[in-house]
This record gives sequence, structure tokens and C-alpha cells, in this order.
Amino acid sequence: MGMAAESQFHVLAVDDSLFDRKLIERLLQKSSCQVTTVDSGSKALEFLGLRQGIESNDPNALSTAPVNHQEVEVNLIITDYCMPGMTGFDLLKKVKESSALKNIPVVIMSSENVPARISRCLEEGALEFFVKPVRLADLNKLKPHMMKTKLRSQKMEEIEKPSKDENGSVVAAVVSEIKDSTKTEIEILPLQQDPLLVQQGEQMLSTNNKRKSMEEGISTDRARPRFDGITTAV
Amino acid sequence: MQRQVALIKQSLFDQGYLDEQFMELEELQDDANPNFVEEVSTLYFKDSARLINNIDQALERGSFDFNRLDSYMHQFKGSSTSIGANKVKAECTKFREYCRAGNAEGCLRTFQQLKKEHSTLRKKLEHYFQLARQAGPKETARRPK
Repeated sequence: MGMAAESQFHVLAVDDSLFDRKLIERLLQKSSCQVTTVDSGSKALEFLGLRQGIESNDPNALSTAPVNHQEVEVNLIITDYCMPGMTGFDLLKKVKESSALKNIPVVIMSSENVPARISRCLEEGALEFFVKPVRLADLNKLKPHMMKTKLRSQKMEEIEKPSKDENGSVVAAVVSEIKDSTKTEIEILPLQQDPLLVQQGEQMLSTNNKRKSMEEGISTDRARPRFDGITTAV
Repeated sequence: MQRQVALIKQSLFDQGYLDEQFMELEELQDDANPNFVEEVSTLYFKDSARLINNIDQALERGSFDFNRLDSYMHQFKGSSTSIGANKVKAECTKFREYCRAGNAEGCLRTFQQLKKEHSTLRKKLEHYFQLARQAGPKETARRPK
């Protein structure tokens, strides 16, 4: 509360049910996030298309929590699975296929606990899958990720040019833990900035006790294309 | 007065009208959002009234489109679960089972029961919120968000 819009973690929540939107909005606000809600996948894409690097002057596209309309990035998308037209799964695919948007983590929510559905979403690149009703405890799972992303954005604001440290790799590792599963996967997100961020990432990882997942290496059972030429400095 | 409100709330839990999800909603209430639970509750009843109406019409037509009915009930069950409406949720589950079994008679019967539970909960919650408002006007000034 009382944080500047730039530094607050911004979540785009997508759900066709007004009731569910109100609920997820309150949950996210309670978790100190800035929230924008939309009622469809297509509106979500519209919002993302407008917002990424471009100032939006379209107040009709969405309903937002009462914050000042400064230009902000979307740091996370949380979407319902079952929606008419574009499902949450379709939205996930579109986000991950877009070069502009694929780095935005996506969380899927569903009132139905269907293991096949859950694995399909995670395989497609979803960060997490929450069974509704979503609770504060579920969102707390995203906190380490939120902190890391916020730190990274702050670093990107502070560091105008890359520093002199050359090790060739510019990477921050994001670790996501799969719900109800023992294996841990890593999403590698390429950045344009310097390796200082890797070290920041390392510190976050070790405090989260997820160092072992880095040592285990990258999971290969994914449909998404791999990024070439990326090394993680462990 | 506050004690009376607390007792009413407790009885709603004890009698199984509400489950712990309702408590989760109360956790989301704070000085900046002091009426959150009542607001979502109002939303829920508006939403569910619409769904009940849709289902009523579908059943009256006599055409048992079980897929469609199941789809309505899926939504209904979802929001009932999210608000902690325990008994209503149970009836939703039963209804869906009858849909999947293609049992029209079972659907009709269950739906009547569902409407009864829904109506009872609505009255009880309205009463509860009314008392809660009377009993505890927020003394603390609202902090800007």
C-alpha cells in the first residue's frame, strides 16, 4: 500500500465471471499487487498489446483497481481456464508464442481438479495451476517469484547500460514449482541487461532453497522452443 | 449486539450452511474494504438467481439438454464453492451427477432442494449482514488505499 505504481507487482487477471474477478482482485490486492481485471482472453491480449512499451489511452478495454493510470508492465497473468471463446489455455498458448509476451508468467485457475488438464497447462508453460477457490496461501506461493521479478525490473531501471563484466551470458533464472509434483522445472528468461542480475537471481534462489533445481539442469520435456546460447552461471 | 452477531455466524457454520471458505473471505476484509464479504455475497446471489432462472426455464421447456444444464450447474457450483455455500454446493454436485446419468427425475428433485437451500442461505446471510452492520459501525477512519 502506498507504493509507487512502477515498483508494484502488476497482475492481469482474466475471468469471465464477475464474481470470480472481484474475488481474485481482492486476493491480489491483499497480496500487495496492483491488479487489472478483464473478462476475456481477447481483451487480455488487447491490453497486453497496448501496454507493452506503449502508453494506453483506452479506458474501455478493461476495468482496473483504483490506481493512477501510469504506464506499467504486466508482471504476471492469472487466468481462468474455462471461458467462452478463448479459453485460459488458448490465452496461455498465445502468450507463450508471442515474442513480446512470452516472458510474462502465466497462472491458470480452474474450479475442476483434472490432472490431465493441469499437466497440459504446465507443459505449455504455465507457472502454476490453482484449483478454485483460490486462496491467499496459493498467492503466497507466487511471492518469491514476485520479489524476484520486481527486483529485476528495478535493476533494469537503474542500469542504463550493460556493465563491464563480460561473461557472455545474460540470464536470470526463474524457478517454478509444480503443484503436487516432486519435480521442479526452470524457465530461462533471456534479458538484455547485465549479469549482475544473475547474481541477484542466485541469491533469491538460495534463500528459496531451490538451488538444487539449478544443479539438476533444465527440464527437457517441454513443447516450447529452447533458447540457444544461454548458460547459467551456477 | 456484537455477541449476537457472532453467535448467528457460528450457528451458520455449525449447521453447515457455510464452510471455511467463508472465513477465507472474511480474511480479505480490512479497513479499506470493510464490506467485502457482503459485496461478494450480493454478487453471488445476483449471479446465482440468474442461473436458477436459466435452469428453471430449461427444465420447464421439458427438453432435458443435460450438457447445457451441467454447464449452468458448473458455474453455479463454482461460485457457491467460492463463497462457502456448503449446502448449496452439495446440491449442485448431486444435480451434476444426475445430469451425467441422464436422470431427469433426479435433476428435477434435486433442483427443488437446491432452490430451497439457496433461498434459506440468502435469508440467513441477509439477516446476518444486517445485524453485523448495526452492531459494528467502523470507528476507525478509512485509510486510503
